[in-house]
Amino acid sequence: MNSSIYRLLFTVFCLMPGVFSYAQEKAEMADTMRSNGKIYVVVAVCLTILIGLFIYVFMVDRKVSRLEKGKD
Amino acid sequence: MDVPRLFILNETIRNLYFHVCMWFGMMILFTTSFVYSIKYLRGFNLRNDIFAHNFAAVGSFLGILGYATGTIWANYTWVTDQGQSLGSILKEPKLIGAAIALLIYGAYFVLRGSFTDIDKKARISAVYNIFAFAMLFPSIWIIPRLVGSLHPGAPGSDSGNPALNFNDIDSRLRMVFYPAIIGWTLLAVWIATLKIRLQLIKDKSLINE
Repeated sequence: MNSSIYRLLFTVFCLMPGVFSYAQEKAEMADTMRSNGKIYVVVAVCLTILIGLFIYVFMVDRKVSRLEKGKD
Repeated sequence: MDVPRLFILNETIRNLYFHVCMWFGMMILFTTSFVYSIKYLRGFNLRNDIFAHNFAAVGSFLGILGYATGTIWANYTWVTDQGQSLGSILKEPKLIGAAIALLIYGAYFVLRGSFTDIDKKARISAVYNIFAFAMLFPSIWIIPRLVGSLHPGAPGSDSGNPALNFNDIDSRLRMVFYPAIIGWTLLAVWIATLKIRLQLIKDKSLINE
């Protein structure tokens, strides 16, 4: 009975390095951007383009306003 | 829509519909600008100069967006996964070439801004625009394809040459990619025409139809 517990503990102990090395293989940085197959990189790219376009169109809008003010 | 399952790139292959389309749109708008510059030099109609200027402006804007999206994409696929440091990223021929091309177009706007005489401005900037367009080809198309690069299209690249060889791009991607090019380009052309119409109203007194 006692020896079977030791044997079990020994087995668990032997498996430990495997568990730790598995954890090391999984170590990756910048987790949110690299999670879910890096889909958030695509989101960031989309947002960059969208924000860029908004800023650009906003600048054109301001030009129109300036022209309207100058006209009347 | 399903995409091919690739190592390192993973889902970021979807950036093909955004990053690459920006550069395609830029090329199409710069080509249009180039054509209008030649048209200006043939007849010296100020209308063509306004067209050339605004197409180049929106084209450069797309180029800047393409560059910005490229940095984000490269940051998560080139930097750590392939053991690349920032130093090797900065040596990338494709990045340097694209930066040179954009800076040459930046100089086009500096040149335009530095003239007070309208006819001289239009004439010299039209000639410069032709030079800038000619410089586009070695700097972004030819040189990065001659030397080693992490960017697809370089010799020895695993991904082949997706921009020029139609067989190097998955048919599932193509189904979205080609309509996306058309869509982004039309959006850019729309913004350019808005700017052109605005400028035409502003310079109504200068243009003799």
